[in-house]
Amino acid sequence: MKIKVFVTPKRNVLDPQGVAVGHALESLGLGGLKGARVGKVVELEIEGKDSPELRAQLDRLCRDLLSNPVIEDYQYEIAGT
Amino acid sequence: MKGAAIKIAVLQFPGSNCDQDAFHLFSTGLGLPTRYVWHKETRLGEADLVVIPGGFSYGDYLRCGAIARFSPVMGAARDYAERGGVVLGICNGFQILCEAGLLPGALIRNSSLEFRCLTCDLAVSDAGPAFNTRTLGTRIRLPIGHGEGNYRIDEAGRERLETNRQILLRYTDNPNGSLGAIAGVRNEEGNVFGMMPHPDRAFERFHPSMDGLKVARAILSLRFPEVSRKSA
Repeated sequence: MKIKVFVTPKRNVLDPQGVAVGHALESLGLGGLKGARVGKVVELEIEGKDSPELRAQLDRLCRDLLSNPVIEDYQYEIAGT
Repeated sequence: MKGAAIKIAVLQFPGSNCDQDAFHLFSTGLGLPTRYVWHKETRLGEADLVVIPGGFSYGDYLRCGAIARFSPVMGAARDYAERGGVVLGICNGFQILCEAGLLPGALIRNSSLEFRCLTCDLAVSDAGPAFNTRTLGTRIRLPIGHGEGNYRIDEAGRERLETNRQILLRYTDNPNGSLGAIAGVRNEEGNVFGMMPHPDRAFERFHPSMDGLKVARAILSLRFPEVSRKSA
């Protein structure tokens, strides 16, 4: 089973990296850009099956370690179960 | 200096690089018995102040301080802080304390995206009995050196900081985009302190300032009132 965790800066938190990347994209000719946010992806490979228990554990680990809830949001996708 | 019984513990993580600076601030600068505590230790031993130094603990992987937070020694530091022990986090130490939830807020990439390394003018706030303009004066100068010192907190949290007088220092010329130019905060209880500027790089005559001694004394004076700035 493969799990992809997406961690992104919260909407209301300044994202200096996103701003800089947005400027670079505009300078390369991208028109109409309304926003750019830079986050990260954590890919996990786990033996076992999707279950409510697994999701509860993932939520806890995302809150405690993989994201910082003060500044970031997370979501994840589970594939191959 | 008087009060030689005051014992200092400096935590060390893989990637700490200001551990020796912090050690010398308290040992050479203030003449206090100081020792290191390795990140794998589950006990701090006898300590009147625990210092979490600057650096790049665990390579700053994931987020600054995110991994250090779960180290065995941070478990001990958390217990120590919850029992009222005094903790000072400098730079990466501040980031670790925020990640651990021992201090409010978080530190993100500098708004300039640059690593900023310079000596800053800082306005001292009245942040309780130890850390205030009486113990420190209204302005101090301390070096900074960081890429992620941009302090962030939500509006409700910021109001709490102001109401409870938890802000320690503000940059007079904001180098990193911090909300409210905040350079350091304490917890609500008043025993955990964190700041991006480096008192540990400001205590020798050849340093750009010697105000690090004032900061160290102010924090020690919380539990040891005899450690005033007069005993400089």
